[in-house]
Amino acid sequence: MMMKRTISKGRGNNNNAAFCALVLLWCCCCVGVARCEVGSVTPTPATHVLVSVKPVQESGGPQAFPNEEKANLPVFTMDYARVQVPFEFTLWILLASFAKIGFHVYNKITIWIPEPCLLISIGLVVGAIMHAVKEEPPAMLDSNVFFLYMLPLIVLENGYFMPTRAFFENVGTVVWYAVVGTLWNSVGIGLSLFAICQIEAFGVQDINLQENLLFASIIAAVDPVAALSVFEDVGVHEQLYIVIFGEGLFNDAVTVVLYNMFIFVADMPVVESPDVFLGVARFFVVGVGGVAFGFLFGFLAAFTTRFTNNVRQIEPLFVFLYSYLAYLVAELFAISSIMAIVVCAITMKYYVEENVAQRSCTTIRHVVKMLASISETLVFFFLGVVTITTEHEWNWAYILFTLLFAFVWRFLGVLVLTQIVNPFKTISFSYKDQFGLAYGGLRGAICFALAFTLPGNINRRELFVTASIAVIIFTVFIQGISLRPIIEYMNLRTTNKEEMSINMEIHNRMIEHTISGIEDLCGQWSHYYWKDKFKTFNDNVLRFILLRDRKSESSIVALYKKLELQSAIELLDTTVGDISAAPSLVNLRDEKKDKARSKKTFMAADIKKMHHILANNMYNIRQKTIAYSTRHNLPDNSKAREILIRRHASVRRSLRSGTSGSVRDSRAPSRSQKYYSLQPGGDLESAFPLRRLSSNGQDADQVDRRSERLRPGPSASAYSSSRSLAAPRRLDTLREGVPDPGGAEGKGGRKGPVPAPRRRLSDRSVGGGRGPGDETGGGDDAVRPPPLPPPISSGRVQADHREPMDNGAGDPLLRHPSSSSQGSRRSHHHRP
Amino acid sequence: MGASQCSQTHPQKYKQYEDFADRTGFSLEQINNLHKRFRQLSDNTETISRENLENIPALANNPLRKQIIGAFFDKRNQHEEEVGSIQEIGFQQFLMVMSHFRPPGLKMTEEEKEAMRKEKLRFLFNMHDTDNDGTITVDEYRKVVEELMSNNDIGQEAAKAIADAAMLEVASINMPHMGPDDFYEGITFEHFEQILKGLEMESRMNVRFLDVDTSTMRCGKGK
Repeated sequence: MMMKRTISKGRGNNNNAAFCALVLLWCCCCVGVARCEVGSVTPTPATHVLVSVKPVQESGGPQAFPNEEKANLPVFTMDYARVQVPFEFTLWILLASFAKIGFHVYNKITIWIPEPCLLISIGLVVGAIMHAVKEEPPAMLDSNVFFLYMLPLIVLENGYFMPTRAFFENVGTVVWYAVVGTLWNSVGIGLSLFAICQIEAFGVQDINLQENLLFASIIAAVDPVAALSVFEDVGVHEQLYIVIFGEGLFNDAVTVVLYNMFIFVADMPVVESPDVFLGVARFFVVGVGGVAFGFLFGFLAAFTTRFTNNVRQIEPLFVFLYSYLAYLVAELFAISSIMAIVVCAITMKYYVEENVAQRSCTTIRHVVKMLASISETLVFFFLGVVTITTEHEWNWAYILFTLLFAFVWRFLGVLVLTQIVNPFKTISFSYKDQFGLAYGGLRGAICFALAFTLPGNINRRELFVTASIAVIIFTVFIQGISLRPIIEYMNLRTTNKEEMSINMEIHNRMIEHTISGIEDLCGQWSHYYWKDKFKTFNDNVLRFILLRDRKSESSIVALYKKLELQSAIELLDTTVGDISAAPSLVNLRDEKKDKARSKKTFMAADIKKMHHILANNMYNIRQKTIAYSTRHNLPDNSKAREILIRRHASVRRSLRSGTSGSVRDSRAPSRSQKYYSLQPGGDLESAFPLRRLSSNGQDADQVDRRSERLRPGPSASAYSSSRSLAAPRRLDTLREGVPDPGGAEGKGGRKGPVPAPRRRLSDRSVGGGRGPGDETGGGDDAVRPPPLPPPISSGRVQADHREPMDNGAGDPLLRHPSSSSQGSRRSHHHRP
Repeated sequence: MGASQCSQTHPQKYKQYEDFADRTGFSLEQINNLHKRFRQLSDNTETISRENLENIPALANNPLRKQIIGAFFDKRNQHEEEVGSIQEIGFQQFLMVMSHFRPPGLKMTEEEKEAMRKEKLRFLFNMHDTDNDGTITVDEYRKVVEELMSNNDIGQEAAKAIADAAMLEVASINMPHMGPDDFYEGITFEHFEQILKGLEMESRMNVRFLDVDTSTMRCGKGK
């Protein structure tokens, strides 16, 4: 029952509780039943049952085995103790996950209150309830569990999804902040707290310097989780983002080292100078060792996946096994396990992802994300629970000063460190950036776990735990919640969300090459230089060893392929009706993909097909970009379907054209050109409209309209016109870049005009007369109506759409003499 | 970029340097560094020719080598209104080209930043637009893409397809801004700006022009 109460509290903010409630109810029932049974089956006195509604803690395992002797064969038995640990563990995860679902059902909450805050709050509630019924905190959260199972998952995710380019461009800054900043914080906070301890009035004189330093090392580490989500949403510029990100990652390593060192030192009555040097030496051993193991296992993982092409089903496993091994081995030698796993993930990522199958790759990413988000959720959740259920020692002075110092030293640290590092940076951090950096320094999971790891022989351990939790809660709640408004108010230099269009990708590379060229030219070395060198080494050596298929692939090609593949998958997913073309579609795509890798074996026919596909797929790319730029909206299904229908038509056509197509294709290498540039001697009339059509952004808007047309109805017109005003800016062509070479070329024309297009044409020319006026009047938005909305079957619907069409009368295509042929082509397409 | 406190070892050069500094926005120190490099590249003569640049070994592997070198001999990059190419460039022209790669300063106003961004974009654009006609045609674009991907042999077709896709993207992005009589014949500079809106040009496209100890580094690179 307790469980039930807590859960429903946790989900107070859930709007669509219907489904969840059902599940919840079920799980609560289970718990309820389980609880009752435990109560009745366990042969302990009633009082005990009361105390241990959930006896994980004291039993610590399955030994509370009920051994009542019974004469008869039991018809129904229940052995809760046996499954207790995993059972409760599962329920905890479930609870935490439900909470997470809850937040995201109602989006606005997570915008204003970072998720960790919410999780901690729920944890607090649960903890309060547990406290009320005198329940012990869950067994899972002892520090070993945290460090051996939960932390690696979180860190693996961070490492695996680290934005590599940004990171390497800023690696110096990141390491600077992570290492020096954390040292600065620990030492600063430790010393100032020690000073405070000298004041008699506060009653904390028994805390010595070592212990203060130990405590300071715990709360020095910044945890980026909460801050990052805000920064990501606000879209702060890359540099700031990566510094916070990297700092959070690598200062974990520093903290753990410091922590171990101070734990060791705290025992010693006197610290001698050799110890300090040993400490420094140890620091390097720990750091470098971690990196070395990371590389080792990363390369091993990459190398292993080179041979997994016949056992695809276990492919994803290797990523986890090797990174976990890296972590454990590092832990074994007490070197920085976090560094190890991060470096391992970064190292293996690119090679592994090229070696494994697309599906495995997706699996890996999803699983990494999933595990990380679960363990993160759990950590914050438990943090809430434990806050309530542990014993605290509250000392106002000490705790307040801790908060103060943590805050002050962080700001000072950022300020000073930035002044030092700024001259070395091409783009220096402005004061706003520095403020963001300092204010984004929230404390989190690591700090919490370390506090609980504190050995019992430290005096005032409770005080330390309390103070750590206070710092965490203060920073996560106060700073975390106010971070977004402040950042938005300050108007930090932001960056456009990365919508990786092909152009951007191309120019990214172009800029990189240019810069490295210029640097070579003026004899400068910088990361571009090193990047270049590394690339050469990578291409020549590493890839040769690690990859099964060594064709190096530029990121442009990779992006291109990715987009293609995704749209292919999407298309297949949304397949409706008429699939006759689908299988061949798959074949072609597969073929194309494989061929693109092993170029040499191309047959003429394959090339031809590839051209078809590539040309056909232009619109896919555009469509993909839509998905990128409107990431936060759900994809409009009707669009996909519309595309699919059109696409099938075109594929079928191009297949049908097999023979005639091949004749044309013998002169094919430049086939795809046809549509984007005028061939020498080409026919102006026909080439231009084609090109225009295909390049013309006619947008979502149009497709929307078109798809609406598919479901005609009175509501359609209002809908479409409003839509056309709202969305038309979106630039992406959904349209099938005037279908394919093969098809477009002749076929459409061959079919000749059909009544429908003609009708439309006349519409258009009417509109065209007042085009320009309309356009200026309507503003940019009113724009570009579909140059050629597909022919329509129903006159009524057509009428409905007059309005938007008129709007767009300025379209260049409209007046074009040859638009009739386009119209007919289009109509041809559209015909199912 | 205020004048820096670099040592006044060559007072006679100073007047000239200050003049350059005014025009290009470089600091005196940077100019000094660049001058060292210039002399080294030009074998201590007054001008640099194409051959000088083509002989830089470190550039040999750069896929955009041709464009980069070309940019130095392109009058459009000289902040003057001329087009065409030059055979040999002096130090001043060298600096002018280099000035496209200045990092932005902290105290720059928004307009200055915008201007700098435009300047950098213009430089890139000029690298594409080999025939000086103010638009990047599909063929020009393809050439660049092909070169960009020349060291991984994915084949010309794929490069072409990618360039075409990119072109299509440009067209679709910019279509709303085109007049009724336009057809998409190539990327104009405005469109170019439009498609690269998302790139942080001013923070990415820059070189720091430090005083690297060229004597030690050069030996690795040969001459």
